Amino acid sequence: MRFASSVLVAGAALLAATGFASAKDWSTIRIGSDATYPPFESQDSSGNIVGFDIDIMNAICADIKAKCTYVNQDFDGIIPALLANKFDVIDSSISITPEREKTIDFTNKYYNTPAAIAAAKDSDIKGVTKDDLAGKTIGVQSSTTHATYAEKTFTDSTIKEYPNLDDAKLDLANGRLDAINDDVVVLSEWVDSSDGSCCTIVGTIKPVPEIHGIGAGFGVRKEDTDLKELLNKGIADIRANGTYKQIQDKYFKFDVYGD
Amino acid sequence: MTAVAVDRPGRPHVAHTRRVSTLGIILIGLWIVLALLLVWALAHSITGDRLATFGGRFFSGFRTTIELVVLSVLIGAVISVPVAAGRLSRNRIIGTLAYCYSYFFRGSPLIAQLFLIYYGAGEFAGPLKSIGLWWFFRDAFNCAVLSFALNTAAYQSEILSGSIRNIPHGQREAATALGLHRWVIIWKIVLPQALVVALRPYGNEVVLMIKASAVAAIVTVLDLMGQTRFIFSKTYDLSFYLWAALFYFVLVELLGRAINAIERRITRHHIR
Amino acid sequence: MGELLGLLQFGSKGWGDELLAGTLVTIALSLATVPVGLVVGFVVALGKQSRDPLVRVAAQIYTTIFRGLPELLTLFLVYYGAQLGVTALFSLVGSNFQISPFLAGMVALGLVLSAYASEVFLSAFRAIPIGQYEAAAALGLHRVRTLRLVIFPQLIRLALPALSNLWLNVMKDTALVSVITLNDLLRQTSIAVGTTKEPFFFYTVALLIYLVLSVLASIGIWRIDVWASRGMVRR
Repeated sequence: MRFASSVLVAGAALLAATGFASAKDWSTIRIGSDATYPPFESQDSSGNIVGFDIDIMNAICADIKAKCTYVNQDFDGIIPALLANKFDVIDSSISITPEREKTIDFTNKYYNTPAAIAAAKDSDIKGVTKDDLAGKTIGVQSSTTHATYAEKTFTDSTIKEYPNLDDAKLDLANGRLDAINDDVVVLSEWVDSSDGSCCTIVGTIKPVPEIHGIGAGFGVRKEDTDLKELLNKGIADIRANGTYKQIQDKYFKFDVYGD
Repeated sequence: MTAVAVDRPGRPHVAHTRRVSTLGIILIGLWIVLALLLVWALAHSITGDRLATFGGRFFSGFRTTIELVVLSVLIGAVISVPVAAGRLSRNRIIGTLAYCYSYFFRGSPLIAQLFLIYYGAGEFAGPLKSIGLWWFFRDAFNCAVLSFALNTAAYQSEILSGSIRNIPHGQREAATALGLHRWVIIWKIVLPQALVVALRPYGNEVVLMIKASAVAAIVTVLDLMGQTRFIFSKTYDLSFYLWAALFYFVLVELLGRAINAIERRITRHHIR
Repeated sequence: MGELLGLLQFGSKGWGDELLAGTLVTIALSLATVPVGLVVGFVVALGKQSRDPLVRVAAQIYTTIFRGLPELLTLFLVYYGAQLGVTALFSLVGSNFQISPFLAGMVALGLVLSAYASEVFLSAFRAIPIGQYEAAAALGLHRVRTLRLVIFPQLIRLALPALSNLWLNVMKDTALVSVITLNDLLRQTSIAVGTTKEPFFFYTVALLIYLVLSVLASIGIWRIDVWASRGMVRR
């Protein structure tokens, strides 16, 4: 009995010692990203996560003097993973939508680009309306705003959801899909590369703010308001001091911030 | 004549007393608490319009799982016959080929075999189109059925060949002595006895197939698991996985009990 | 063909080292589930033979549940579901504990293994003649000693063939953990496929590696079987 009670006491002491921090100091920030979304985030051949989103976040981390580590996480589980405390920030081109704001908070936007439809070069899809895509199979990535848009708009088409966009691109290239609905920058980069040589952009989609949101932001838990403020300060700082433009020019020939 | 002491098998006879201990009460209590939590989570998840929005999907996923399993097991059964014949053959080459097929599909994970067929077919879409087979591999469901069928055929061939091998040789000898033709022996003497013995392992295999079929969801097949993942990605409510668990569990239990009942009935002439 | 094989080389140009790392994770996970599965399975098997009917029922419920659910689903429930519970528990003391994919895989596969293993242990128990218990009692050994010195060695020998079969299944089931992002062999293969766009080649290589692991494991099990049956009279 004495042994058992001493184990209990030791256990309680250990738990208490692992820290009851009410105000976190954000000197280390863990970041979750779905690295299958070039040029925004992808994995290079050594397994490191690279891309526009990563460079922006690294610049912000340098500005707010924090050490940032990255964790790869499939996009359809990225919000539950944030809520389950697997990381502190979602940096994965996640759009700020009213639906998502019910469960998590967002910083200000750091870019805003519209959606588009990509299809095979010899496809008979002429436009991006519901009728143009009637009867076709459209691929989308699960849990994205594009998935929601496709399901709501292309009601005469079959929508196929993929856990990551790589598989959808492969299936468009081999003919399992007739079209993909996703971000115009991501799709353009792909069709311009050798992997996407089968296909071309059919057209861009006029943004619907309730579905597409007002742009991409960084996701944080609702209780981490101090982290949100820190990141907003970082965004404002790198926009002001020209770092943002530097990084943007490295990846794009056009302005991605939007108005 | 000395009496030979025969050892009785089994555990020492314990009086099956109704003596209930605290440990028993605690354990059953834990299960009851978990069951109540489960019921609460399940009821909680179908609030509002969730049932209307997602109920149809769920049942269509259930139907897809059943189609997937039935097709795979039946096609696998057909494929398993020549493979089993190969396993029983005295021809070295055929025997080795059959053994290699069996070992390959039983010695590696089903999910890897599925990926090979699904993604591999995607890579060879061009050649497949030119020989007119792409329409089959285009559909993820077909790829899953093919992969599962090849896999279960390996296991079924082992069951079939094993149970045929276990028929006492005397049966064959007696039948030959009666002048029966080889095919008659196989069809009327060997197979009926073999299939009776094989029923339980076959039933087991179907149950394992039902559970294994969940991996089809990974390659976009909208079976029960796939629909559950879809619903989860819209609601972020884990209770839908609990619903899926319930459905799979009920399916497996019903099938298991049915197989047991059938087996008891057709072997009722056996000495137990 | 040459350039395909070149993709397998070690170092930064090839995927050989990534696949090797994945294989080691697969092996590690397969080995890690063994203690969990066997210990819990043994305890459950003891429970199924208890004098207390409630304990017997509780053990039977455990086995029925874990044998009746798809392994993939059990894995998801442990990884996502248990994480919720653990997060809630640890937030009470203000700290944080993440269930890693490895831990989730170990627990989920271990639980499934234990359910099947308990049935194996049960039939092994039933195969030990009553005379063994009576002789031990005649020698004055009490219950725990009997179990440890007399029953256990015989149990292992009887249970080993079936247990080794179960373990080979565990080794194949580790491939499922790639779905919850553990960097095992299958996941590394998928990553390689994503970059090189050579699915047929890489998945074939992965399957061959799994086969090699199966063969090696079977040889290992055969050696253990030889050791366990040493001194036995060949009937």
